[in-house]
Amino acid sequence: MEIEGKSTDRNLMLKFSGELDHVGAREAIREMEQAIDAALPRRLLLDFSGVTFMDSSGIALILRAQKRVRNLGGSVLICHVPQQARRVLDAAGIGRLVEIR
Amino acid sequence: MKNKTLNYISMEFLSRSANEGFARTALACFAAQMDPTLNELEDIKTAVSEAVTNAIVHAYPNSLGKVSLKASICEGNVLEITVKDRGRGIPDIEKARQPMFTTGGEERSGMGFTIMESFMDKLTVRSAVGRGTTVVMRRKIASRLKPQQ
Repeated sequence: MEIEGKSTDRNLMLKFSGELDHVGAREAIREMEQAIDAALPRRLLLDFSGVTFMDSSGIALILRAQKRVRNLGGSVLICHVPQQARRVLDAAGIGRLVEIR
Repeated sequence: MKNKTLNYISMEFLSRSANEGFARTALACFAAQMDPTLNELEDIKTAVSEAVTNAIVHAYPNSLGKVSLKASICEGNVLEITVKDRGRGIPDIEKARQPMFTTGGEERSGMGFTIMESFMDKLTVRSAVGRGTTVVMRRKIASRLKPQQ
């Protein structure tokens, strides 16, 4: 799992590449939280375009991101979600909790 | 009634997280002979990933143990997958199957069983505290019309 980050004016974009399973998500959550703590974003954009597989571990990552950013008074947007990951998000009803584009 | 088994695989591995990817990929390779669509194959991979991760994370939280994975192709183009561990077991299966319920801390979402239920046709969970858990999932693979030669 690789994460590429870009931060400008309290907008943080994190692009994920690889498998967001239990192992991948554990590592990704750690890196994501470090990036959030450094940028203190008002808007966090999670770009999933490079995610080749995702299970419910990816949902834990999203919920964690949302909790953290909400505490900063910000919001989370998920974008470029591949079909397999989108089916997981839809099955879990994550679209009701976090904005997906 | 259980359909007749036409082919099966059976494997056993140590409850190391590194084996999650192996298990779902191996299962997808086996299921490929049923000529599934890409969506069906991805659903199977995802459900297997959830079941195997549950066994690794929850059955053996502070130790290593054996996880067994069996898949059978049954008459009627039905795939049956069994994931079994001999770990600590689930005290309350009904509660464990509820969305967002987890004992795995913030690393887990509590959506594993919901995903398995959603992606498979049937999910059965049997468990005994101190003796382990068996998850059986069934999914019918829709037959596709082959193009005429």
